[in-house]
Amino acid sequence: MSGLLDIPWAAWCLLLPLFAAVASLLTGPRLASRLAPLFALATVLATAGVVVRVLQSGPFRHAVGGWGAPLGIDFHVDGFSALMLAMTAVVAAVITVYARAYFSNDHGSGSGAYFWPLWFFLWGGLHALFLTADIFNFYVTLEVVSLSAVALVALSGTPTGVVASMRYLLTALTGSLFYLLGVGLLYAQYGVLDMDLLRGVVEVNPATWAAYVCILLGLLIKTALFPLHVWLPPAHSSAPAPVSAALSALVIKGSFYILLRFHFDLLPHEMLVASSVLLGALGMTAVIWGSLQALRQPRLKLIVAYSTVAQIGYLFLLFPLCFALAEPGDLWPTKAWAGGIYHALSHAFAKASLFLAAGAVLQAAGGDTLVHLRGLGERRPVIATALALASISIMGLPPSGGFVGKWLLLVAALHAGQWWWVVGILLGGLLAAAYSFRFLRELFRPAPENLVLHEEPRMLGYTALALALFTLLLGLAALIPFNLLSQGAPFPPNAFLEAL
Amino acid sequence: MNQAEIYLAAALGIMLIGLYGLFTQPHLLRKLIALNLFGSGIFLVYVAVARRIAGETPDPVPHAMVLTGIVISVSATALGLVLARRVKTLTGGTELPPPVEPEP
Repeated sequence: MSGLLDIPWAAWCLLLPLFAAVASLLTGPRLASRLAPLFALATVLATAGVVVRVLQSGPFRHAVGGWGAPLGIDFHVDGFSALMLAMTAVVAAVITVYARAYFSNDHGSGSGAYFWPLWFFLWGGLHALFLTADIFNFYVTLEVVSLSAVALVALSGTPTGVVASMRYLLTALTGSLFYLLGVGLLYAQYGVLDMDLLRGVVEVNPATWAAYVCILLGLLIKTALFPLHVWLPPAHSSAPAPVSAALSALVIKGSFYILLRFHFDLLPHEMLVASSVLLGALGMTAVIWGSLQALRQPRLKLIVAYSTVAQIGYLFLLFPLCFALAEPGDLWPTKAWAGGIYHALSHAFAKASLFLAAGAVLQAAGGDTLVHLRGLGERRPVIATALALASISIMGLPPSGGFVGKWLLLVAALHAGQWWWVVGILLGGLLAAAYSFRFLRELFRPAPENLVLHEEPRMLGYTALALALFTLLLGLAALIPFNLLSQGAPFPPNAFLEAL
Repeated sequence: MNQAEIYLAAALGIMLIGLYGLFTQPHLLRKLIALNLFGSGIFLVYVAVARRIAGETPDPVPHAMVLTGIVISVSATALGLVLARRVKTLTGGTELPPPVEPEP
């Protein structure tokens, strides 16, 4: 067993997708599509190796190439990064299986031809992002992720898709450049880039503030927090379905992860009190605004995309609960932190499932307006069940992962005595139910007599359903992710256990 | 004003010109050039940072970071130019149409 633990799994779980990307480029789409499940499986196994190692022996560092910080760029893996890696690997592997079926009618001429290399670069970029311990390397990984994501959005080839992709590129680049400026200002003062080294020397002064503002602005643009979300709905809704799923489920979590690293592992507490209230208020506004927009959308994919704007808002509620009004020894910051991350995790599964199901609807019914959904519950029960189960998690109803995350945030807000977040969380849940029932109601209406459906690959429905079932599993077996999350958490371990 | 301060002032100026262009120029080519200006300003900050202590050998790490940044910005610009051409072919215009709020 110790032999298995000695393998540098962290390096493999980055190398395998990058290798797959280059291999897909060289072999062409047909062979790439055949090999993709193998690469996906290998990546999942390598990631499982990382997770097991963290569970057994706690957080670890890996000096890439034997160099080590400050000159080299280290990997640092704790429970949080391992959980994000596991989330990415599982969701991306299911999307890989889906994408093979989705592009199966496309004989190497259309968008499927370019999908595989870009897809594996995106996947590898995300893994690199969750592994790295270096704030400049965060910039590099953000760009690997963004550039492949932009190109993947453009694969749809439609005018809407290409325009959305162009807007996404301009926004994403602006965000990364602001982040890069912030990193430069930090380096100017402290001369180090490694997170552990930086944490020891960082001070509160105007230059650190300037760096913080730049980094925050850059990452908020990338995470699409209201009011910086305008680029997201067109990009996420016009991309091919597997791409939409990856963007909404995984890509925005990348910049959110960096944001959490800066707030919990790097910057001094007293800098974050005021900004955390602002972040919470913007998050709350995003929940309400995104949900109201989702209520007005005519197409399933647009409803789901605006739902992402709303669900991103929830993630930001953890900031005021962790930094404002909390004394050392309080338990609710631990709850809020774990709740926010759990929400990010279950949103990934639920949102990916919704977008995959929407893609299946598009292929079966030839469109995704609400009228196209009518009667699908009867004729395509697998797709309809996936949509229904994933919506349960988005609404935050038990027994789903979405419920656990929102419940922890709710309890934290009650303990903190910040009741206004409670109102927002509950209102957001009601609004999510309202926009979800808009499409669920159509699904379970009797099928029109003249309803003609295309034969879509059955795998599309099954993979969407698999992810939806996973959201239920996250609600029923929440202790395993929490156990992982407590490894190297920025809270004392006993606070973590008591909080749950 | 020492050398580093002159560099930093120039960097700030270039960044502001870039940002101004990005938000005011509708033509996609101009937007891409503006983004590159903004990026160059940031690279100049890194260059200025390398000579923090006058007289000593410059720190090579910021130079390595700027080189990485240049590689990324060249690739991003190339992708941007391809997309801008696609936008022109598909919509006939060289500007982004305003984001449409879909009618319910």
